[in-house]
Amino acid sequence: MARPLSALEPGERGKVTAIGGDDDVVRRLMDLGLIRGTTLEMVRRAPLGDPLEVRLRGFMLTLRRSEAEHITVE
Amino acid sequence: MDVAEAGAPAATHAPSPAHVRGGGVLHVALVGNPNTGKSTLFNALTGMRQRVGNYSGVTVERVEGRYRDAEGRPVAVLDLPGTYSLSASSPDEEIALGVLVGRAEGVDTPDVVVVVVDAQNLERNLFLASQVLELGIPAVIALNQVDAALAAGIRVDPVELTLELGAPVVATVATKGEGLDLLKQAVNRAAALPPASRQFELPAEAAAALAPVEACLVRGGFKPQAAGMEALRLLAVTTIGAHLSHVQGLAEVVERARAEVEAAGLTPRSLEAEARYGWIADVVERTSTRTHTGKKSLTERVDAVALHRVWGPLVFVMLMTLVFQSIFTWAEPMIGWVETLFSALGGAVGGVLPEGDLRSLLVDGVIAGVGSVLVFLPQITILFLFIGILEDTGYMARAAFIMDRFMRSVGLHGRSFIPLLSGYACAVPGVMSTRTIENPKDRLATIMVLPLMSCSARIPVYTLLIGAFIPSITVAGILNLRGITLLAMYLLGTLTALGMAAVFKKTLLKGRARPLIMELPPYRLPSVRSLALSVSHRASMFLRKAGTVILSLSIVLWALATYPKTKPAPGATPETAQEQQLANSVLGRMGHAIEPAVRPLGYDWKIGVGIVASLAAREVFVSTMGTIYGVGSADETSGDLRAKLQRERDPRTGALAYTPLVAVGLMVFYVYAMMCMSTVAVVVRETGGGRTGVKWAAFQFAYMLALAYGAAFIVYRGGLLLGFG
Repeated sequence: MARPLSALEPGERGKVTAIGGDDDVVRRLMDLGLIRGTTLEMVRRAPLGDPLEVRLRGFMLTLRRSEAEHITVE
Repeated sequence: MDVAEAGAPAATHAPSPAHVRGGGVLHVALVGNPNTGKSTLFNALTGMRQRVGNYSGVTVERVEGRYRDAEGRPVAVLDLPGTYSLSASSPDEEIALGVLVGRAEGVDTPDVVVVVVDAQNLERNLFLASQVLELGIPAVIALNQVDAALAAGIRVDPVELTLELGAPVVATVATKGEGLDLLKQAVNRAAALPPASRQFELPAEAAAALAPVEACLVRGGFKPQAAGMEALRLLAVTTIGAHLSHVQGLAEVVERARAEVEAAGLTPRSLEAEARYGWIADVVERTSTRTHTGKKSLTERVDAVALHRVWGPLVFVMLMTLVFQSIFTWAEPMIGWVETLFSALGGAVGGVLPEGDLRSLLVDGVIAGVGSVLVFLPQITILFLFIGILEDTGYMARAAFIMDRFMRSVGLHGRSFIPLLSGYACAVPGVMSTRTIENPKDRLATIMVLPLMSCSARIPVYTLLIGAFIPSITVAGILNLRGITLLAMYLLGTLTALGMAAVFKKTLLKGRARPLIMELPPYRLPSVRSLALSVSHRASMFLRKAGTVILSLSIVLWALATYPKTKPAPGATPETAQEQQLANSVLGRMGHAIEPAVRPLGYDWKIGVGIVASLAAREVFVSTMGTIYGVGSADETSGDLRAKLQRERDPRTGALAYTPLVAVGLMVFYVYAMMCMSTVAVVVRETGGGRTGVKWAAFQFAYMLALAYGAAFIVYRGGLLLGFG
């Protein structure tokens, strides 16, 4: 089932199927290895609910909900 | 040239071609992802022989050092800013790429590049490494933190990796100095090896589409290899980059290539990342093994608390309290030592020299001026020690993670929080610490509002005025009106800083909301050596840059207070003689001159003098008032000065000159006004220096003065209307 990364609950995993949004943001995420086919795990949300912490390729990345909404996972 | 031939000279210790070309000095650049231990490796290589400056035109830090190789030849090392790729989408990345392709102003093109790769995170690190290798510069891979990787169950084979990448790989543990000799040897030999090249194939349609772009770059002076890497990069980026502005007709060919790639059913912006990461996954598979230890890593266990919904903010508040408590309590005695030292020095010099202008210049101008710069040093040192620890352990990124949501409500980034908080101690190190903010507009907005945070230099002013004019009344059973007044001043400054940040981000520094895409690095023990180096860099930078400005301005202020000379009236005590001297000096006349301007705020010429003199530093207000009232060396707790201020009467009306309302207005004035030469000097430097820096600092000074005047006016006039007088 495809849904935005921002909808994952902590502990849930998903495989990236599409990355959208601002060109610079997409480029930056891709440089870090967030591309189609990458497996992501939602680790936690910040205490104020945003940003999010996800695990990919063995490291921890934070991004805001507004960016995570444009990343589709399944 | 044959490989064996090329390698031979280096092996026989004859000067390698690079040594000859660089005028005897081999130029090496270090490049790598943030948090790979790159700076630690740099420190381990170069020791104390370092120089910190800026790249021309930008505030990206440029760190250079030297070491001698086994044969005693000097090697110059440049530590490039940490970067995840060569996309050139931030000033740091643009610098890194510019240096590597030989297009950075005033920087020698490196003969050899050392790519620092974190063995714990091979996949992501190889992305940048492979981009750098494709530029065709002789390169060595430093496979760093192999110890930590082993502890996490990751074993990487350097020999296999060398074969896969086509460049020598040396395993290192920078924190322990392991592998450095091998690395230095490899660097010396690298220049003689054939450069690496791209190890993966692009789809045929993409390769064909990119050929004209490469040709265009070669015409613009690029080596064919570097052109290949640049062409692929250009396919995905939105801006071409300053280092390519000289290449004719590039934008059009890139546009055509993008259209062709799209026509072939491929996505231009993801082409490079997907091809490269696809290849990297295979390389990682073939060169490393991963045994799952099964237990959670230390970082995961710490973050379960440090980033917890409830405990996280609590830990954060506790850490910040600890930092600030330490700054105030540790710096206080040190500030006392500096002050004692300089007054003793002044006394000693004063005792040797005969009475006269020279003595006065040296004692009251130069020594007092240098002393006023050095009193900042304890706070700067301690604050940067803590910032260094927070940064090197990896907590700084967590602080930004926790505070981002809150800071975003005023248009700033999580990274702005710590610099703003530092402003409570002193704006000078706060402004210097904004270098951790990547986005230039966020950084500028943070610098612009930072001096509104009430720094420790305002405390003497608040203490004097509160002590003299605010009654010690208990409010609501437990609170004291004096304490509430002090708290109100802090709150006023903080809220205004946040509000002004929002205003600047919506107007002058408007821009798209910058994404927060940030790694949370594994926790690490900071290295004492790196901490000591970064603290001493900051301290010396402050002393050199701010010191010269402040010293010269102190001498100017001294002259304004000393000339023209007034003959003391017969029978005058030294105190009254000093008082008359100051009243008739240029500074005193300036006080009289601005009296009409400060009258609407309820101030007389004496406070005018205090304000003019405290342009140097806010706390000077207190000592100047002491001079005016002839109480000798006054400080904020001086009962004598307080009593004189309370009794002062307006010579025209005979009414009390200063009321609590005037005092509150004056405190509000000091909350807002940028009365600090050190901060002005640092802002000039940190906003780009030269004309641009002066422009920003002048703007900041002006807007803060307008705020100060406006707010003091409203408080005083509003208070009068409401009947507090």
